[in-house]
Amino acid sequence: MNFQLTRNAFGRLVLTTAEGAVHEGVVPVRAFALTAPEEDIALVSAEGKELVWLPTLEGLPEATRALIREELARREFMPEIRRIVAVSSFATPSTWTVDTDRGPTTLVLKSEDDIRRLKGPGSLLIADSQGIHYLIRDRRALDAASQKLLKRFL
Amino acid sequence: MSASSTLPQPPATAEVVATLDIDLDERLNFTSDRIVLTPREIRHGERAWPLSTKLSLTHHDHAGVGTLELSDGERLLAAWRYTLGRNPAALKFEREFNRWKECLTSGKPPAEPAETKCPICQAPIPPDEEECPNCARELHTPPSTWVLLRLWRFAVPYKGMLFAGFLLTLAATAATLVPPYLTMPLMDDVLIPYQNGQPIDWAKVAWLLGGLLGAALLAWALGWARTYILALVSERIGADLRTTTYEHLLKLSLEYFGGKRTGDLMARIGSETDRINVFLSLHLLDFATDVLMIAMTAVILFSIHPWLALITLLPLPIIAWLIHIVRDKLRTGFEQIDRVWAEVTSVLADTIPGIRVVKAFAQEAREAQRFREANRHNLEVNDRLNRVWSLFAPTVGLLTEVGVLVVWVFGIWLIAKDTITVGVLTAFLAYISRFYTRLDSMSRIVSVTQKAAAGAKRIFDILDHVSSVPEPKTPAPLPPVKGGIEIDDVHFRYGNRAILRGVSLTIRPGEMIGLVGHSGSGKSTLVNLICRFYDVSEGAIRVEGVDLRNVPVAEWRRHIGLVLQEPFLFFGTIAENIAYGKPNATREEIVAAARAAHAHEFILKQPFGYDSLVGERGQSLSGGERQRISIARALLIDPKILILDEATSAVDTETEFEIQQALNNLIRGRTTIAIAHRLSTLRRADRLVVMDRGQIVEIGHHDELMEKQGHYWRLYMAQSKQLDAPPPLGAEEEAA
Repeated sequence: MNFQLTRNAFGRLVLTTAEGAVHEGVVPVRAFALTAPEEDIALVSAEGKELVWLPTLEGLPEATRALIREELARREFMPEIRRIVAVSSFATPSTWTVDTDRGPTTLVLKSEDDIRRLKGPGSLLIADSQGIHYLIRDRRALDAASQKLLKRFL
Repeated sequence: MSASSTLPQPPATAEVVATLDIDLDERLNFTSDRIVLTPREIRHGERAWPLSTKLSLTHHDHAGVGTLELSDGERLLAAWRYTLGRNPAALKFEREFNRWKECLTSGKPPAEPAETKCPICQAPIPPDEEECPNCARELHTPPSTWVLLRLWRFAVPYKGMLFAGFLLTLAATAATLVPPYLTMPLMDDVLIPYQNGQPIDWAKVAWLLGGLLGAALLAWALGWARTYILALVSERIGADLRTTTYEHLLKLSLEYFGGKRTGDLMARIGSETDRINVFLSLHLLDFATDVLMIAMTAVILFSIHPWLALITLLPLPIIAWLIHIVRDKLRTGFEQIDRVWAEVTSVLADTIPGIRVVKAFAQEAREAQRFREANRHNLEVNDRLNRVWSLFAPTVGLLTEVGVLVVWVFGIWLIAKDTITVGVLTAFLAYISRFYTRLDSMSRIVSVTQKAAAGAKRIFDILDHVSSVPEPKTPAPLPPVKGGIEIDDVHFRYGNRAILRGVSLTIRPGEMIGLVGHSGSGKSTLVNLICRFYDVSEGAIRVEGVDLRNVPVAEWRRHIGLVLQEPFLFFGTIAENIAYGKPNATREEIVAAARAAHAHEFILKQPFGYDSLVGERGQSLSGGERQRISIARALLIDPKILILDEATSAVDTETEFEIQQALNNLIRGRTTIAIAHRLSTLRRADRLVVMDRGQIVEIGHHDELMEKQGHYWRLYMAQSKQLDAPPPLGAEEEAA
């Protein structure tokens, strides 16, 4: 490990390399956000330049790892849909009322094309009109009512 | 979306000047909370931060989450998060904050807020709203069946024909109902008396059969007239809808086109209008006829025998409801099949254009497997649907039979009680079998109406859109254009990004200006503003002392010749393409323009000379040749102002030299604004304007700027290094 990571008073991450260069506003980015979220994480400068490549978070000091995880959690927003309560119509644009792991909310589905099938069995990624991505980890694990609503859009 | 209010007057008390409803908490869980701005402080629940000059608000967004941060220059005081739907409100909050902060330093009441624009379509947003009403509607409202009523606007010119069509429908339907009625006397007065031993009254038979034939002929003639007239009207309505939508679309600004997929717009004007057309001429007409028929039949049946009529009509709603349920199941199935079909075709659309890649990487087997997979999915869905679908027709048959059976049972019972005659029962049976068969097609109306409504909504989405480059209400006449342009403190925002920040430049008539800078520095935007493809957010662009926004758009653009990086040739002859901006140009003019553009000679090499086809199918021209045709096009309209937007970037150096010669002819005597990535092409420029991040950083001649060793020098050095030798590490960064 040849860098140091701290958080400054503005809440930004500051990275100090072994050569002593200081980068403010460093951002951790998952290279494979969907297929391998826990591996291959890059630390990128505020200008978008890659500074550090971490194939895994293992072996990093506890504090650094915590900082990276904290920052990732703060930046990442991919609510997981647990239940589809209601949909306003089966024709798009359609407003869905859903329960997510981050609490209940509504989303607007612009078109069926915004539902993307992921590699895993039954897992879907739904982009709403504002560019937020909602995850359905396994649609077959949803309750029957949700599945029935969802099926109309697949 | 959220409530917020602006008070233009400086309030004496701690009034609320802006609010922001945040919907995410610190750990990005959904919540609902509110922060409030008053002229004195920012409040969030119990906490409050008094306004001071040290405070600053900044916003940024990532992955659909916006963050608003409050800091005092030394540390972060608070951060609020929200989904991007709240972004307009957040931007307004930030704007209001800055306005009130400013008046702390100046001591003056805050200036009026500038007009805000929609981040999506750039149309001005009414002051009391945060979101552009058009875009919000397009995004959030599902199609409602009521949209179809708005089509009435297109039906108005054909009111008379529509009314005639309605009368004909009424008459035709009535005519079809006559034959069953005539079976009654035929049965009771002719056939049954004959069976009881009385001779047949031939005169009466002839009279009745003549009536049957007459009614059939009448129904045929009326039906023909009705269908013809209504088809005529609906075709006209469809055509009007198409042209109106297309005309409106052409008037919309470039922003609108930037945000839309071409295929989507084409589908809206093409197939959606056609779907509405079919709906009007076929489905709606059939439905109206069916409803009329059922109503008229009911009246006739009740007039013959009320009780039997009641029994006959009673199962009708039940059967209609059952059919509707089955249809509904089928509809979702059909929708699914549609989507599976899309999957199958997308495999094809993917591989066929990329066949060279597929073959080069020897992946035929995998692509075949992918297709087989999609096909298997298709088969599965079809099998599932066919299980229901194969049941459907027999079920409708069964239901009809059951309905008829009920009438038989009750009818026989009534005959046995001598309440009705055999003729009445026959008439009833004849009537009922007529409309039971129509129930199926009637049940279809729900789904076709929904589809037509969705199509209508997508069309009205275009029609309701207001151009963000509006024609002036009271246009000022454009004085004779000499070619001078005055750019006065121009700001331009696209969405929430500031692209131009206070650009001022006075361009003299006949001057050649070279615009230089990294990509994204705002060069093309400035040019687009001069062409008035967009309107400035703040400041003004003036020609001969008149603000561009006060001049009719088309009149101004007539003075501008535009040569783009990607010359676009329409399908047509070379001559037509050259004369695009001046369709009535003479042959001499066209040839002169082509000569000046150094295009004449290669045009003569084409098989039909100036009459050779180019455009979509005429791709025999090279990039440089196409560019010279587009230069000839710009030359022909003899513009006072010439804009070259990377006109030579897409061609090799040799072709560039030829184009450069053509351009030299073009530039002579005109105000020219040229954007070029290759700095060497701008040597002839009178002044070079160097832009960086939306501002002008340097102005001057090549030699002056080189001496300065500033932005231009760095750009120039980076380029010449790239040309001479493989760039050392770091040179790219300098250039990028």
